[in-house]
Amino acid sequence: MNTDTNPNLAAGAALWLDEAAIGILRQDLLRFARMQLRDPAAAEDVVQEALSAAYATREHFNGQAQVKTWVFSILRNKILDQIRFGVRHPTQSLTREDGSDEDVESQFDEHGYWHKERRPSRWGDPEETLANEQFWRILEICLHAMPENIARVFTMREMLDLETNEICEQLAISESNCWVILHRARSRLRLCLENNWVRSEQTSC
Amino acid sequence: MLSCKQASQMMSQKLDRPLSTRERTALWLHLSMCSGCRKYNEQMKFMRKVFMRLKE
Repeated sequence: MNTDTNPNLAAGAALWLDEAAIGILRQDLLRFARMQLRDPAAAEDVVQEALSAAYATREHFNGQAQVKTWVFSILRNKILDQIRFGVRHPTQSLTREDGSDEDVESQFDEHGYWHKERRPSRWGDPEETLANEQFWRILEICLHAMPENIARVFTMREMLDLETNEICEQLAISESNCWVILHRARSRLRLCLENNWVRSEQTSC
Repeated sequence: MLSCKQASQMMSQKLDRPLSTRERTALWLHLSMCSGCRKYNEQMKFMRKVFMRLKE
């Protein structure tokens, strides 16, 4: 195999990472890709491509700390390319009402106030949550439980860091529609985390 | 006076665009009286942090 394009064989390169660091970085990249692409094989492919592309340009790094940022920016662009391709070949309409917001709607009474028993609860310490592997697994499941058309807008905003005017341009929707979709996505994700992470934590203590 | 549903929409949009002075005031007033929405607001901030952390 050609070592110039194989980052896994690059342990000796001074500005590249050792094998253990590559392993950790690869897991972070895979999680990031899986949350957006939903297809584990496609996520593996895009991560391998990003690592290879970063390795091929490794002489541009000033140090190892930059490697992660660099690889992530390559990965972001590759995922964005795939999303753009998907938008031109849509499988789901972005504005179709899928009736799946009932759970979110039923949190409110007829006047738009929280039902007492469905009021948002106190979530635990943020840093403790972020350090918990189970939380990240549940987050991934919750993202995948979202309809793909809503999740796409959400991940473009929160994971690819696009502004809403860029998203609506890419997807040919109005900016106000984009805000509505993002609110639906956040509400659903919040509810899913509350039901599956927060409440399960509370009952297990 | 905003309902919780309207306040939740505003707390989401706050992450995507600058709110007007009128909107900020209405939201502040609602949050000062509604503990459910204050928790919702914390959760929105936390979720933003989650996705930042993923890329660090």
